[in-house]
Amino acid sequence: MIPVWAQVTYLGAAACFVLALKGLSSPKTARAGNLLGAGAALVAMVVTFIVYELDNLALIVAAIAVGCLIGVPVARRVAMTAMPQLVALFNGVGGGAAGLVAYLEMSSAPTVFPLAAAVATVAVGSIAFSGSVVTFLKLQELMTTRPVTPPAGPALFAISLAVTVALGAALYADDGAGVWLGALLGAVGLIVGILFVLPVGGADVPIVISLLNAFTGLAVAASGYVIGNALLLIGGTLVGASGTILTRLMAQAMGRSVVSILFGAFKGGSTAGGGAASARPVRSAGPDDVAIMLAYARRVIVVPGYGLAVAQAQHTIRELVDLLEKRGVEVGYAIHPVAGRMPGHMNVLLAEANVPYEQLLEMDTANGQLRTADVALVVGANDVVNPAARTSPGSPIYGMPILDADHAGAIVFLKRSMRPGFAGIENELLFDPKTTLLFGDAKASLTALVTALKSL
Amino acid sequence: MDPSIALLTVFVLAIFTGYEVVSKVSSTLHTPLMSGANAIHGIILVGAVVVTGHADGAGEVTIGLIAVVLATLNLVGGFVVTDRMLEMFSGKRPPADTEVAAGKGTE
Repeated sequence: MIPVWAQVTYLGAAACFVLALKGLSSPKTARAGNLLGAGAALVAMVVTFIVYELDNLALIVAAIAVGCLIGVPVARRVAMTAMPQLVALFNGVGGGAAGLVAYLEMSSAPTVFPLAAAVATVAVGSIAFSGSVVTFLKLQELMTTRPVTPPAGPALFAISLAVTVALGAALYADDGAGVWLGALLGAVGLIVGILFVLPVGGADVPIVISLLNAFTGLAVAASGYVIGNALLLIGGTLVGASGTILTRLMAQAMGRSVVSILFGAFKGGSTAGGGAASARPVRSAGPDDVAIMLAYARRVIVVPGYGLAVAQAQHTIRELVDLLEKRGVEVGYAIHPVAGRMPGHMNVLLAEANVPYEQLLEMDTANGQLRTADVALVVGANDVVNPAARTSPGSPIYGMPILDADHAGAIVFLKRSMRPGFAGIENELLFDPKTTLLFGDAKASLTALVTALKSL
Repeated sequence: MDPSIALLTVFVLAIFTGYEVVSKVSSTLHTPLMSGANAIHGIILVGAVVVTGHADGAGEVTIGLIAVVLATLNLVGGFVVTDRMLEMFSGKRPPADTEVAAGKGTE
């Protein structure tokens, strides 16, 4: 039995986790909240080593050291653009750990409820693990970002899901004694996870990460139930609940329902798209012309997208904006909630370039200002300004709230090529008579613009 | 109260707490929030350490140790990466940093 003082400490750590989540919900307290969570986790670990009489101590400490030696440098060095896939990966390994813990506990689970929880954790943990690995591969572009719908995909998914449930029931009936049954359950869970994520299109992957995050939370909660540890139970449940609501909030920001994101590809309603470049005529211009347009505008609204981040041009765009402001041009950044690869991702990327928080306009404010703006400067964004979301009900992104760049007096696109955006659909705005295109890598184009502006 | 039911009670109450705490967060913070929540479930490390400490035989110990490594990655990596993101929001870094960061681009 764990001594009372230790249980109270665990409870305190659980309370800190609640406060950490609360803190993370506001920009001012977010960092303190995260540090509080980390501190609570550290205290909980120390208590664990003191009160449980552990064997294999040296090996455990060595394993933790290995985890730190891999995890810390990766977390420190990863480029901010690669953040979503790293979060996916960390989430996956957490799910895997929960599954393994439950697997080991299965044979010793004493009563009905814990055994059921252990069986469920093995299944959910392995789903979260393999699903996260697939999202990682998609975001890292190690595999196609487009939806993959294997022939008979839904049937396969249903069968493997049914097998998972059947195996779980068999294990349960067997008092969890059949170790090989548990391993088999884990293996089938891995397949379910893969089939679950494969049909999801590139732009929707972050929402799936959030959902898998909630899954892992629940798996951790269930394993806390199995080993009778309230901290795991509370921590896991908090993440399960907050992950679920966060998934819904993100889906809302994209104007989609969670169900259509997960299963839409089978009905042809997802962000499938073509990926081919169009040959229709467009109007393009050189950096000098664009620089003049910007310099003599009264108000310019910058619409940054993932392309800006890929080109590492956050710092150059800030330089350009500073120059324009010196000339008396009013400038703001219009931030779409899902600009970048994950909701809120663009805010992180611009914050990295020290862009003042006040210049970042949320969508409603930005759309008000775009109406009176002379120029909308779209840098490496595409889908978030595609008017098809408003006008063509057949479009995969129909219903997604967009930035009304088409309401500005003129639109300038900095684009690498005519290739469509992440969602893989053509943007009518590119062919609008008000639109000018400046082709090239975002950073090169912006640097050219800065030079041109300086010489004006 | 049966210990099992007590834990179940905690579970139900924690669901409502988790739901309430994040229900009004702005989309600006969705990424750090997701990453922070991700780090919190890394607390499975406690479970991994406990089962490994009580494991019998080489097979179980090996599985346990794998779980410990994975959980550590989740917990430590998760908090570190979240902190890095949030550090940028606080905006207190010296401007000199900008040049260094710009030079590290992936071109």
